[in-house]
Amino acid sequence: MIRRITRLAPCLALAGCAGVQSALDPASDQASSVFGIWSLMLWICGVMYALVLAFLAAAIWKARHRLSGPPIAEGQKSPADRPLTRVLTGWVGLTVVGLLVLTFGSFLVDRQLALADQKNAQTIKITANQWWWKVEYDDPVPGRRFVTANELHLPVDRPARIELEAGDVIHSFWVPNLGGKQDLIPGRTNRLLVTPRRVGLFRGQCAEFCGLQHAWMALDVTVEPQTAFAAWAEAQRRAPAPPSTPEALRGRDVFIGAACNSCHQVTGQPAQGQTGPDLTHMASRPSLAAGARPYSRQALDEWLRDPQALKPGNHMPLVATRADERAALVAYLDTLK
Amino acid sequence: MTAGQDLEPLEDEALRERLERVWAHPTGWRGVLTAVDHKVIARRYIATAFVFFFLAGVLALLMRAQLARPESHLIGPDRYNQLFSMHGTTMMFLFAVPVMEAIAVYLVPLMCGARNICFPRLNAYGYWVYLFGGIMIWIAFAMNVGPETGWFSYVPLAGPEFSPGKRTDFWAQMVTFTEVAALAVAVQLVAQILKQRAPGMTLSRMPLFLWSMLVTAFMVIFAMPAVMVATTFLITDRLVGTQFYNPAEGGDPLLWQHLFWFFGHPEVYIIFIPALGMVSQIVAAFSRRTILAYPAMVLALLANGFLAFGLWVHHMFATGLPRLGDSFYTSASMMIAIPSGLQIFAWIATIWDGKPRFKTPLLFVIGFIVIFVLGGLTGVMLASVPLDLQVHDTYFVVAHFHYVLIGGAVFPLFGAIYYWFPKITGRLLDERAGVWNFWTFFVGFNVAFFPMHILGLLGMPRRVYTYKAGLGWEVWNLISSLGAVLIAVSMLIFIINVLVSLRRGKVAGDNPWEASSLEWATSSPPPIYNFLRIPVVTGREPLWEGDKLPVMSGLGETERESLCVSIVEAEPDIRQKSAPPTVWPLLAAIATTVLFIGSIFHEWAVVWGAIPVAITLCGWFWPGRPTRKALKERSA
Repeated sequence: MIRRITRLAPCLALAGCAGVQSALDPASDQASSVFGIWSLMLWICGVMYALVLAFLAAAIWKARHRLSGPPIAEGQKSPADRPLTRVLTGWVGLTVVGLLVLTFGSFLVDRQLALADQKNAQTIKITANQWWWKVEYDDPVPGRRFVTANELHLPVDRPARIELEAGDVIHSFWVPNLGGKQDLIPGRTNRLLVTPRRVGLFRGQCAEFCGLQHAWMALDVTVEPQTAFAAWAEAQRRAPAPPSTPEALRGRDVFIGAACNSCHQVTGQPAQGQTGPDLTHMASRPSLAAGARPYSRQALDEWLRDPQALKPGNHMPLVATRADERAALVAYLDTLK
Repeated sequence: MTAGQDLEPLEDEALRERLERVWAHPTGWRGVLTAVDHKVIARRYIATAFVFFFLAGVLALLMRAQLARPESHLIGPDRYNQLFSMHGTTMMFLFAVPVMEAIAVYLVPLMCGARNICFPRLNAYGYWVYLFGGIMIWIAFAMNVGPETGWFSYVPLAGPEFSPGKRTDFWAQMVTFTEVAALAVAVQLVAQILKQRAPGMTLSRMPLFLWSMLVTAFMVIFAMPAVMVATTFLITDRLVGTQFYNPAEGGDPLLWQHLFWFFGHPEVYIIFIPALGMVSQIVAAFSRRTILAYPAMVLALLANGFLAFGLWVHHMFATGLPRLGDSFYTSASMMIAIPSGLQIFAWIATIWDGKPRFKTPLLFVIGFIVIFVLGGLTGVMLASVPLDLQVHDTYFVVAHFHYVLIGGAVFPLFGAIYYWFPKITGRLLDERAGVWNFWTFFVGFNVAFFPMHILGLLGMPRRVYTYKAGLGWEVWNLISSLGAVLIAVSMLIFIINVLVSLRRGKVAGDNPWEASSLEWATSSPPPIYNFLRIPVVTGREPLWEGDKLPVMSGLGETERESLCVSIVEAEPDIRQKSAPPTVWPLLAAIATTVLFIGSIFHEWAVVWGAIPVAITLCGWFWPGRPTRKALKERSA
């Protein structure tokens, strides 16, 4: 009970802390552990702060009527010297004890995170680029591996081992509801373990300054039941249905003719580019351009009309300059589900 | 009380006349360009640093305007990145460190009872280099080649591939300028404090401000070389194709982070420790009581300075370093709270037992305690690896370091300005405007920065030029922006107060606060030679010891001379000549500037640019022959 109150109190103090991108609304083992140490810190530091302020207030209050006389120099013993020195020692002792508790608490949580159970873990490799996320789902069977971009699906109650690499500069992977962040550094592979415990939609965002569009480098995270995850993964492995309407067919020609395919990949089409996000199932993703807009045909049209207007500085060139070409392209891309 | 009042007036007059002649400096433009008096240089230094402070503050206001609303189009990403890079760079390199050193350049010789700072020409040179470096980066910014990769310039983002153009080169060279200036001041302060104190001012009688500056100066000497190496590697990576930071060629981006934070964390304490010294002076003066537990306070300063070098990895917990190593830095980061806490408790206890007068400087100290302790406690939170991984690089950290830097350094600095302004100008700052200045700053600060703690926990990362609506961040950002406006109002009150008081402020007299340290023993503002006779110190509070301040004689009156003493016991040792006004430091600084700026564009500038530097240094150190007049006076 007390434990529950200590966990709730800080949360209540910050009304509205529940959110899709909040460290105060943990949805995984790791985020819960961190939230535990946060509560401990908040209580100990809060009490300590109140004590210091009370000491300061008392000192000011006590001194308010003091008449000014000759100053007390070194060597002129004040009767309060002794007791105040003792008080000072007491304060330092209290500080040391508080810090010891926090240091050990922090160490224990860190140890718990490091020793977390990795059995049956799903391995996912995430590569960060300016300014999007490439997400690769590993599988012992090579044919069952698949790639997506800017979205991450995780099965609930199953650990996910995320391998983090960077394609250009340093980025940082951070989904607050699922746990702490980890940097993605060129030339290195970092690892992060996440064990989601609650189904839901969450949002992550790059946390290391990475250039012009650092602000719009988000990641949509879906934690879902095992069966739903398996169904989603199966759908991801399949190529999307080929375009059927004349406009979508024309759009596919634009896609290949305008050299979209030299950067982007679409499984089942002559599009094997690797420098841009994989678009195989882009129309089924929650958002566009790494979280810049929620996905819709209208948003897609706006994006293609001038990619530099929505995300100034990003590496996507203007490809479909004519309105009819763009409409066809939107019709085609919208079939990629 | 003026030194030497007890002596015969006639002798005083004669001495004054002689000293005025020997220490006189040229008037007009020649005087401006050749000044070597520490008070003149320090006044310029302080004024320049405050100009940069206000400029960087305007940048902060622009950022808060942009972030007041979600998905705002007021400022684009390119401009915004330059804004926050310039804000951080200016505040850290051009304001915080220089202003602390500038105040020390003014006060340390006075507190030491000296006639001038110990290397006056180096002092002038340091100021000019700092000024030229600051002007260079601001002109670059105005011409749209300002830094864009943050004050920390992580590679590879700041490397040749991802930051083409000259923006980052200007930034890196600006760091070189400020390093040279900061090192120059640090060397002077160490020499001054260890070797040129008033006779009798043993180490155990030094005011805490001198202790804090001694620790700071040593920290500058140990910390700055790391960033010098880091930025030199960066410049050569960018200019001549070395590969220090390129992982594809055997370099490592993390090398930059280690070098930068090995400098960057002590840097925070280089800003903070002088403020601790200022607080000790103010608390003692206004509580009218010597600081409780002086030996413990000195040890706490030393511990702060030492431990500050063992914390740098807590900026890098998210980079995937070995976990056991991280734990070591957790303990070190937690440990530094002990000496900092001890000092806070000692000040409160001093107020408790003192006879405090709540004037503006003490108000700022109380504000400092309230704000800084909160920042210190969030610092303890950030020391924990798991918690840091959540809040690292979020607005929680932005809140934390503004609480420790504004609360821990700028509040004491404002207290110090209100406290020492009468010494520097001869007039007091207006007390009522001071109280308004304090309260608007205190309230504005908390309104602007407290919500950032919440923003960080709610998931808002740092250094974003805009943010998505609907994440619960709008209201906190708006409150924060309103607080920033209140801080701006507070700064306006401060500027008006300074300008009005300069002309019409109450005349201060020698010692308006009845404080105890030696700078209050001379007139306000002090004469060019500082003290008519060198004071002799017999206790920790020289001006509270009795009615008369003992003085000594024997220092030359026909030549500029200063007194060197033994390091520990401060027994008079030798007399040393002090340099007269000269234009060579300015010329050397110009030559240095040409070399530094030239090397932004071409590597050969380092070679050819070294020639004028060598020439000006030869001119600077050319042994002067004694003038005929001096010889005549000596033989007489």
